[in-house]
Amino acid sequence: MAAANLANPSRFLKIASPAIPWLGGLTVIAFAVGITEAVLSPDDYQQGATVKIMFLHVPGAWLGMLGWGVMTVAALGTLVWRHPLADVTAKAAAPIGAAFTFMCLVTGSLWGRPMWGTYWVWDARLTSVLVLFLLYLGVIALWRTVDDPSRAARAAAIVTLVGAVDLPIIKFSVEWWNTLHQSASVFRMDGPTIDPSILVPLLVMTGAFTLLFITLLLAAMRNELLRRRVRTLRLMQASVVG
Amino acid sequence: MEDANHLVFIVAAYGAAAAVVAGLIAWVMLDYRAQSAKLAQFESRSVVRGIAGRAPIQEANEDA
Repeated sequence: MAAANLANPSRFLKIASPAIPWLGGLTVIAFAVGITEAVLSPDDYQQGATVKIMFLHVPGAWLGMLGWGVMTVAALGTLVWRHPLADVTAKAAAPIGAAFTFMCLVTGSLWGRPMWGTYWVWDARLTSVLVLFLLYLGVIALWRTVDDPSRAARAAAIVTLVGAVDLPIIKFSVEWWNTLHQSASVFRMDGPTIDPSILVPLLVMTGAFTLLFITLLLAAMRNELLRRRVRTLRLMQASVVG
Repeated sequence: MEDANHLVFIVAAYGAAAAVVAGLIAWVMLDYRAQSAKLAQFESRSVVRGIAGRAPIQEANEDA
């Protein structure tokens, strides 16, 4: 019922607009708790204080992949169900996902220099995340170059579905290939291998960044709906004048 | 000495993340302001002209 209600753009705006400031407030509170926890957390016995970079790097990686996951579901919504908000969601999620993927790459490099002795290696995990970032840039460029939003949506949806192949490659790259990047330490069948003193701030920061992602996505979707209204009005005006 | 060296990387990472987050928030807020201003402009213009005898915002809502 709620999903059906949200399918109408006007109804979506009525629900999303008042929710955005509340979500923003929750995000600020979550970050205040997360940053406090991060500052107070002890150094890792191997990584030392650089473990604090993980409180940014892991959420960046998670949200980079979540962004593409959202776009993949939206692509199916565009191509299969023709959901009215699907391409709005996909277009709004692309720059946000790209930004978090960029954050993941930069913070990973800054962690790698003191820990591995290098900013970058062409290892399977790092390369597949770089490919994800380039895919994001490609989709953003596609949205910008095709003028008609419905044509752009279909093209972007196809690229998104093809690009979704990269998600399992990123996830399992550390198991399929011999990589410098360590294997999974949070989402494991036998539970996390991280000490709770570091795991708790990591999870709180991941939650805070996820709330930020949701807030930004709703706000960007609202902007996109307004942009489409302006476009429609412009076309209506042109047809009246013409 | 090693801790001091590592501090540079930690500060740089937090600075980069803050820049990314600030950039995203600024992008969303400025875009919202720009689109709202354009919509308000159309609204005021259409009130004066009465385009096609229909409330354009309502019609655009249906089209969006």
